[in-house]
Amino acid sequence: MTPRPKNRRSLAAAPHMVWAILFIVAPLIFVAVYAFRGQNGGFSFENFAALGDYTDAFVRSASYSLIATVICLVIGYPLAYAISLASPKAQRVLIMMVMLPMWINFLIRTYAIMKLLEDTGFVNSVLQKIFGEEVTLHMINTPGAVIFGMVYDYLPYMVLPIFTVLSKIDPKLGEAASDLGCSKIQTLFRVTLPLSVSGVVSGITMVFVPSISTFYISQKLGGGQYLLIGDAIERAFGNPEKYSVGAAMSFVLMLIVLVSTAIMNRFDRDNAKGGVVV
Amino acid sequence: MGESVGMNNEKLIELRNISKSFDGEQILKSINLDIHKKEFITLLGPSGCGKTTTLRIIAGFVTPDEGEVIFEGKKINDLPPHKRNVNTVFQRYALFPHLNVYENIAFGLRLAKTPDEEIRTRVSEMLSLVNLRGFEKRDVTSLSGGQQQRVAIARALINRPEVLLLDEPLGALDLKLRKDMQVELKRMQRETGITFIYVTHDQEEALSMSDTVVVMANGSIQQIGTPEKIYNEPENAFVADFIGESNIVNGTMIKDYTVSFAKQVFTCEDAGFEPNEPVDVVVRPEDIDIVPLDKAMLTGQVTAVTFKGDYYEVIVDIDHFKWMIETTDRVEVGQTLGISIDPYEIQVMKKSEFSGMFGDYSTFSDEIEHLSDVETEETK
Repeated sequence: MTPRPKNRRSLAAAPHMVWAILFIVAPLIFVAVYAFRGQNGGFSFENFAALGDYTDAFVRSASYSLIATVICLVIGYPLAYAISLASPKAQRVLIMMVMLPMWINFLIRTYAIMKLLEDTGFVNSVLQKIFGEEVTLHMINTPGAVIFGMVYDYLPYMVLPIFTVLSKIDPKLGEAASDLGCSKIQTLFRVTLPLSVSGVVSGITMVFVPSISTFYISQKLGGGQYLLIGDAIERAFGNPEKYSVGAAMSFVLMLIVLVSTAIMNRFDRDNAKGGVVV
Repeated sequence: MGESVGMNNEKLIELRNISKSFDGEQILKSINLDIHKKEFITLLGPSGCGKTTTLRIIAGFVTPDEGEVIFEGKKINDLPPHKRNVNTVFQRYALFPHLNVYENIAFGLRLAKTPDEEIRTRVSEMLSLVNLRGFEKRDVTSLSGGQQQRVAIARALINRPEVLLLDEPLGALDLKLRKDMQVELKRMQRETGITFIYVTHDQEEALSMSDTVVVMANGSIQQIGTPEKIYNEPENAFVADFIGESNIVNGTMIKDYTVSFAKQVFTCEDAGFEPNEPVDVVVRPEDIDIVPLDKAMLTGQVTAVTFKGDYYEVIVDIDHFKWMIETTDRVEVGQTLGISIDPYEIQVMKKSEFSGMFGDYSTFSDEIEHLSDVETEETK
């Protein structure tokens, strides 16, 4: 065999390599350089020491995104399961409906939620029509509204990977389970759920990672009262003097994401090795 | 586990006038079938004959449109699969990929909340029965097809069902392994005393394993009988053609014990037809004797000779009808051959919807017959 095919393969990968170096590796290096450069220009941890002021933002981001991820899972799994049971035709329509919001610009979606949740917004005007003028449900500018925004934006990323895994499970396995004595619920917990762990893991990762680093949602739906780490980073990079602190925050956030992803993947592998979940 | 061998006459399952359609296409047309305790019964037929649907109705995966499924005297039409005392061995095994061999086999017992101690004993019993001792911790996806098949059988049998349903269980195995598994399945059935309902399109498999063979075509049962009866006394042209090789010719039943075909009159052992009733006559290729021309009942030209190892397959053109003869005598293409047929080798059948569909061996090809055996039946 001539070595030519191998060369051709690496040639085919070249555009991707250039892309990756320009837009993934280079920015990471910049972030690292800024994060570890002190006031005097030398190597230093002083930017990380300054992060103490942002502990609240880190904790808030982590807890909001965790709650949003759990809610997405609780809503998303049954939704994905229901879609996987539908006829192929209905499946296409339902999946389309799940993805439809993703076609609308993120900012417009967030503004729309704002308008819905405002004290004089759509939801309250409907409630007032039903229960009387004095009723007002205060929703906007609360942590709940911020979490709602996250759930709304990232739910499709939970539903799609779970649906993909569920739809690939051999329907004969469900028949085999029921043949061996499983009711529908038992089949779900003993066969379907354990076999869809990989979808759940990617769903959790795909919701948690963008949620924890999200910005703008909190500014609009939280009224700027609940600073999230994404917003803090955005603000830091708006001020050239604070580039280094912003880079340090990005760096720490990246570590949090890497560690949590690693934990999730570990869970996936453990489960694939066998053992019953319930 | 019982030691007794063979079936008894107690009815276990009765199918009464079962009909089923999918998307407007009638798959089963008023099926009636009795299945007895300890019976090894095989549903045999080509793709789309309704045999798998019949099995799925017994398992509870399919509800019949009409008719009754009766299990030990009770109607069970609406009983869901998990409440039926039957277990299934699926065509492609359907083992649980997230569980190891031990947990796959223990699955049914765990559901029944069987104590761990008993599960351990029974799983190891099953592993010995299917010759898989030492495989407990293995990942099922790492097993060969034959081993997966054994796990599937153990997983079903461990629940001690009254009936084991087997849906083309050997279809995905190679020929040698299939022969071994046939013998083993028969042994397991004898050892456990469980009723086996077996679905296959392989007539050899059906004949060698079963107590009773049910031949199906076009959604109807064509014949129910012992393998010997099915082979020696086929009830219509379909059964005669599907089981083994057959020469099927048009004939006329002149009177009891006398039939004419191929422009000759023959003595036979059949009676009970109308005088001069048109009939189909079956003569098996191995039942035809080659005789000297002066003693021949029929004579014809040899058009093809194929060496089959322990015999020759000879095609003889007798008055433009191509007969197949299996013989150990050496004959040459072009030779004029005289043949003789004994009365007990002639099987007379009533005309049926299949008459004339299976003609002579003029277009016979091993290859085409083999291709038509490939199972592609949709399992709905």
